[in-house]
Amino acid sequence: MSYPEPMQPSIEKLNATRQFRMTQQIPLLPPDQKQTLLEGFHPDYKKGTMRELLLGPNKGDKTPHELANLFEAYTATDPARANLKCPEYDVDVLVIGGGGAGVSAALVAQASGANVLLVTKLRVADANTTMAQGGIQAADKPNDSPAIHYLDILGGGGYKNKPDLARALTRDAPAIIAWLEEMGVMFDKKPDGTMESIHGGGTSRKRMHACQDYTGLEIMRCLKDEMLNCKVPVVEFNAAVELLLEARNPGTPESSSPRCAGAVFLDLENNQLRVVRAKATILATGGCGRLHVQGFPTSNHYGATADGLVLAYRAGAKLAFIDTIQYHPTGVAFPTQIVGQLITEKVRAVGAQLTNLEGNRFIYELETRDCVASALIRECQERGLGVKTPTGDFGVWLDTPLIELLKGPGTIQKQLPAMYRQFINFGIDMTKEPILTYPTQHYQNGGVLIDDKGETTVKGLYVAGEAAGGIHGRNRLMGNSLLDILVFGRRAGVAASESARRSPKSAVELSLEHARKYNALAKELGFPKDRKAPILLPDYRPEPYKGHFTFFECG
Amino acid sequence: MTESDSECKTAPAGGTVTIYLMGKAYQVPASLTIMRAMEETGYQFVRGAGCRGGFCGACATVFRTTDTYKLKVGLACQTVIQDGMYLAQLPFYPANKALYSLKDLKAAGELLVQLYPEVMRCISCNSCTKICPQDIKVMDYVNAAIRGDIAKCASLSFNCVACGLCATRCPAEISQHHVGMLARRLHGAYLLKRAPHTKQMVEDIAARKFDAELDALAKASTDDLKARYARREMEK
Repeated sequence: MSYPEPMQPSIEKLNATRQFRMTQQIPLLPPDQKQTLLEGFHPDYKKGTMRELLLGPNKGDKTPHELANLFEAYTATDPARANLKCPEYDVDVLVIGGGGAGVSAALVAQASGANVLLVTKLRVADANTTMAQGGIQAADKPNDSPAIHYLDILGGGGYKNKPDLARALTRDAPAIIAWLEEMGVMFDKKPDGTMESIHGGGTSRKRMHACQDYTGLEIMRCLKDEMLNCKVPVVEFNAAVELLLEARNPGTPESSSPRCAGAVFLDLENNQLRVVRAKATILATGGCGRLHVQGFPTSNHYGATADGLVLAYRAGAKLAFIDTIQYHPTGVAFPTQIVGQLITEKVRAVGAQLTNLEGNRFIYELETRDCVASALIRECQERGLGVKTPTGDFGVWLDTPLIELLKGPGTIQKQLPAMYRQFINFGIDMTKEPILTYPTQHYQNGGVLIDDKGETTVKGLYVAGEAAGGIHGRNRLMGNSLLDILVFGRRAGVAASESARRSPKSAVELSLEHARKYNALAKELGFPKDRKAPILLPDYRPEPYKGHFTFFECG
Repeated sequence: MTESDSECKTAPAGGTVTIYLMGKAYQVPASLTIMRAMEETGYQFVRGAGCRGGFCGACATVFRTTDTYKLKVGLACQTVIQDGMYLAQLPFYPANKALYSLKDLKAAGELLVQLYPEVMRCISCNSCTKICPQDIKVMDYVNAAIRGDIAKCASLSFNCVACGLCATRCPAEISQHHVGMLARRLHGAYLLKRAPHTKQMVEDIAARKFDAELDALAKASTDDLKARYARREMEK
C-alpha cells in the first residue's frame, strides 16, 4: 500500500462500490444544469480573478490578472538595444516556436519554396505538444463526418467558435492523419490498418486516434526528425522579445497599420540580442500554463508564459476569448512531487471512474472538460467530499483498477504505459490502486485571433497552435489541439510563404516604434516599473534568489 | 535584495538532506524532486528543463549515491532527491544523426545498418540499457537493428524520450536514440498498413461531399445548433 494511512478508508469504500458502479449509468447534464454548474464552480467565473484591460486592441476586455499583468507592462528589453540596421538573418518566413505548430509550419513553408528560419526559446520539441497523451481527433470513419465533428466542436465551445476556423479544422483533419501516416507516426491500429479509436469528452463519435498514451511525443518526434532531415535552419535558446514592424513612410496616415517584418530575440545563453528580418512571421509560441492562473498547478511545459500573446498584442493584433482558461479535470493530486501533471482523458475514455471520499460517482466522466472540472471542484469545495492529502490539498479518486476489469488485465500497460510509468515511479501501481486527481491549468482556449489562413489582424503576422484564438470558442475538446496545431501550422506555412513570395524584393526598414509607444503609454497609465513582459520563463526560486541574476539583469 | 529579514529561516517540516550540484553541497528539503531542489538552491534552468512532466528528455540527470560505486540516472522532474546525491546534467552532447528522405526509402531491414553502420560495432556491453532513464532495453533494440528487425527495434524503443544519455556511454559511438527513431518511422510509414477509411474520407472531402452540410452548419443560428447538439446520436 503506497498511500498514507489517512487516505486508506476512502480507498476501501471505492473498492466496495466498484461492483455497483460497473453498470451504473449517469446521463449527460441538460444544458441549463451544465451552465449552473459552470457558473457556480468553474474558475473562469470566480469573482475578482479578472480585470478589464486598460490599453491595446482588446481594451475593455476581461482577462485573468496574470495575463493582464503581462499586457499592462513595459517591454522586457530596451528597444534601443537592438541593432535594426544590420539584421543577423534575412528570411522569407520566420517561425517563432518549435512545437507541433511551428515545426509543421516550417516544413510546409520550406516545401513551398520559402527561405525559412525557425527560432525557439528552449529546444525544438520542448513544447506542450510533446506532453499530449490521449489522442488526436479526425472524422475519418464511415459512421462519422466533418459535419458531425463540427457540431461536437461548437457544442464544446459554447457555440462561440468562429465558424470558418471550426470548419477548416474538421475538413483538414483526415488529411492530417494521412500526412502523419506518411511521416511514420505509429498510430494504434488493427492489423488491416483500421485505426483504433475512442471517445473523448464531448464527442459523439469515437474519433480519437492515439499512439498508446504518447500521442503528442510520437507526432512531435516524427515531425522534428523530418524537419532536421529537410535541413530547415533552426536556432535554439533564443527567445522572442519583440516583433518588428515595417518603418512607417513619412506621410503615411497614423491609422494605416504597418506590416510585421520579423522579430528581435534574446539569446538566453549569452544575453545577446539578435534581429531577424522576415517577409512573413509565424508565431507558434504556445500557451500560458506557467503563469499559474489563480495559483493552479499546471500540466504545461517550462516555457508556457504567453510570450507570443504579449508580442502580438504590442504589435497591434486583436485577441479573442482571453477570458477563458481550460482547466484539465484530471491533474495529478498525489504524490506532491508531480502535482499538476497531466492524467490523460484517455484514462476515463477506457473506463476509469471518478469517485469521491465515499466511493460514489458524481458526474458522467466524459462530459466536456469545463463541466467535469467544475464538478470536481464542487465535490471538494462545496460538498466537502474530497480526499485530503498529507500536504492538505484535496482531490478525488480515479478508479483505474476498473479499467483492467472492464477491458481485461494488461490494458493499462498496453494503452497507458506513460501513465503507468509515472505512478509506478512513486510506488503506486495504478492497475491495483486508484490515483488521486484535481483540476490543473492546461490550455489557453483563446489567443491571437486568426482567419482560416492563420493570418492575424496585423498584415504579415500569422499565428498557429495554442497561441491562436477562435477555433475552440470558450472550451476545447480533447484531441482537437493536437489537430489544430497541425491544421493551422500547415495553413500558416502555406499562407506565409505565399505572402513572402508576393512581397517586394527589396529589404524593408525595420521599426520598434510600437514598442517605444507602448512603453510611453505604460508610463502614462502608471504601471509599476518592475512589471515587464514577456517573462520568458517562470521563476521558482525562493527568496532571496527570486528575480535576481536572471538573463535580463545586464539588459 | 531585501534587507528586512534578519531572522533565521526555520528548517522545513520534512527535514533536509545534502545534495551536491556539480560538486557544490546544498541543504534542501527532503521530499523535492531533483529539479525543484536545484531551483530551491537559487538555480534557474535555461538548459536542463523542458516539459517538466517526463516526456521530453531535457532533464536527464546522472548521479551517484554514497552506498555504491554504480552510476545512476533519472529525469530530474520525476526523481526525488536522496541524502548524499552527487549529480550533474549534460547541457548537450553531439550525437550522430543520419539525414534521409523517408518517402524515398523502402522498409528494408538493411536500411538501419546502411544509414547507421556504426551499429555493427556494438560489443553488447549493455552500458546503454543501464543508463536509460526510461528502463528501455536499448541494447536489445540495437541488436534488432543489426538483424534488420525494424518492427522489434520500433516496439522496444517506443518509450524513448531521446535524452541521448545512451549515446554518451557507448564505446562503439552509436547514437542509439537516432537509430530507434529511424526504425519507428519506417515501421509507422511502411510496416503498418495505411488506414483505408482515412484514405476514403480524404477523397470524399476533396470531392466536396460534406460542403453543403458544413455550409449549413456555419450559417446555423445558435438555437438551431443547440437543438442539433441535443439530438446527437452518441456512438456507444
